[in-house]
Amino acid sequence: MKISQLTSVQLLEGLVGPGLFLSAGPFIFQIRTKVPQIAEGLRLLYGDFRIASCQDFADFHIRFEERRSWRRGFRPYASVEVDGDRPSGPVPLEQVYAVFEGCLNWCIFTQAYQYLIIHAAAIERGGRAALLPAPPGSGKSTLCAALVNRGWRLLTDELTLIATDSRTIVPLARPVSLKNESIDVIKNFAPKAVFGPVSPNTIKGTIAHMRPPAESVARLDEYCPIAWMILPTFRSGATVSVGEISKGEAFMRVAESAVNYMALGQLGFELVSTLIDEISCYRFEYSDLNGAVRWFDDLVFGDKSIVAQPSESD
Amino acid sequence: MLKRALIAPDRLDALQLHEWDRLLPEARAAGLLARIDVLLNERGMFNGIPDPVKPHLIAARRIADNERCAIRWEVNRIAHALAGVDTPVVLLKGAAYILCGLPNARGRISSDVDILVPKASIEQVEKRLLDHGWQHIKLDEYDQYFYRQWSHELPPLQHRDRGTVVDVHHTILPPIGRLHPDPEKLLEASVPLKGTKFNVLAPPDMVLHSAAHAFQDGDLTRGLRDLVDIDDLLRHLGEKKIFWDELVARAEELDLCRPLYYALRYSQFYLETPIAQNILDVSKAWRPARTVSFVMDATIDNVITAGPWRKDLCLKLSQELLYIRAHWLRMPPYLLIPHLIRKALRKPHDGA
Repeated sequence: MKISQLTSVQLLEGLVGPGLFLSAGPFIFQIRTKVPQIAEGLRLLYGDFRIASCQDFADFHIRFEERRSWRRGFRPYASVEVDGDRPSGPVPLEQVYAVFEGCLNWCIFTQAYQYLIIHAAAIERGGRAALLPAPPGSGKSTLCAALVNRGWRLLTDELTLIATDSRTIVPLARPVSLKNESIDVIKNFAPKAVFGPVSPNTIKGTIAHMRPPAESVARLDEYCPIAWMILPTFRSGATVSVGEISKGEAFMRVAESAVNYMALGQLGFELVSTLIDEISCYRFEYSDLNGAVRWFDDLVFGDKSIVAQPSESD
Repeated sequence: MLKRALIAPDRLDALQLHEWDRLLPEARAAGLLARIDVLLNERGMFNGIPDPVKPHLIAARRIADNERCAIRWEVNRIAHALAGVDTPVVLLKGAAYILCGLPNARGRISSDVDILVPKASIEQVEKRLLDHGWQHIKLDEYDQYFYRQWSHELPPLQHRDRGTVVDVHHTILPPIGRLHPDPEKLLEASVPLKGTKFNVLAPPDMVLHSAAHAFQDGDLTRGLRDLVDIDDLLRHLGEKKIFWDELVARAEELDLCRPLYYALRYSQFYLETPIAQNILDVSKAWRPARTVSFVMDATIDNVITAGPWRKDLCLKLSQELLYIRAHWLRMPPYLLIPHLIRKALRKPHDGA
């Protein structure tokens, strides 16, 4: 059963009572809360996700509770609990939805060491995936949001899970997290995109999440091999420019972006080196999203000339 | 739940999915998830457990394997930094268990290394470590002062690239505390670790240190894990009959009878450690007054059996009591009271 098949009342009853058993890719999250922003976010953003059929087991047990305390002048705030642990201090209610999404990420990157976990977005077309590892501010999520509104499948926005045996991406397809100006950029670029609750004044500014395309969520079980790694940079006014990067540099970029590269030891080294040998790696600068999408489409549909183009400056 | 899993690992493969749902978070919170994985694999039962449970154990195994590897490397680096320093260096706790290949190294998670050196060499050792990339963890002035003035160890040293922490001790309990095990005796009895420049504590001392650490110096926040260490050591080292007599004699010699009493009592009670009746009888002479004993039993039971979800007042009170007790044992009241006031007035940190 999908979350969208629940009425608002049923959804709330689940969240308040036994919990909502959200099935997101390989994980089941048991979510318990009375905080209305989280219920609203789940309804707006996770409608196409399935509810786990067996409710005996969840990988992570998450609880957000609304509280007041004299220490905070009786202003309401939310407390966060994961498996009985407190990963974060009290959360202002206006930011609770962004923290909720961050909490799901926290569960994954602190514990899901069965995978190589890379801080990267990943998208798929024609059965092959492009990995977009990048530091914050590089426009990775904006680019990812644009592409998935133009026919690319969303594999993941924030954390890419790589199966350590097959080196394929295990999709999560959770909502795409957008910050500040990017929110309006994507609203203009894809007027039909649906957004969840807005969280203002976080450390990263204003955060809002975009609902993943239904098709991406429907195909969560299809793991996907990686064909490209692309390091995007957004630079205002730049035309699309592309440069190939060496295997050595590509290796370092993956290792740096991986959350648990060191922890996987020899396995991590062998995995990343084999992966880098199998894929093509490019540096990619852009400013206009339409131009960027065109370049990505050409990548799939075989116009190799665009790739070989030397870097242009303005 | 976790306690039962540790006592009767042979029945782990009979657990239902909904039981694993409770056990996994409990084991993780106690730092014993990788231990559960080890217990299953030793019995060839891993394949028999429900599929959704497996990735959690694989992940925990990878984390523990990595930490073990990191500790070996850290010990290697410490040896490098201390090359040519003519002083005995004793590896304590995790590093010792791993390098000696003791059973409680299995699935144990902790990436700190603890070493014991004679007080006379501590400055030299500190200087060498500082020269080789370790740095003092940023502490406020009060904490720095507190460590240097009153503690049994240097302020923790963290390596600037690897982030790993070394605690350098000159004795195993705070010198201003209630009990005074003589570090000279520990160093004297310590045994060389083959192929390294390090020593490890003699077998009875290893148990006594573990007991002192849990019941004299610590507040038992991870009580079950402390007991697992003690249980493993007692089972393994206790195979030799002479060990037990040495243990008793050594406890008296080192002024560690009370912690050993608690260690034997709770390890046997919670983990069914096999301990001969005559040893238990001897240890009864070391027990505290009846009321203290009663309060200890109750608070420890609360803390050990709580699991991660319990947050009630009774548990909070028990934790608070053990915290205050640990401090009470660590320093005399004229130091303790100003110290606790300072700590209480400090800004509460996240999640506390």
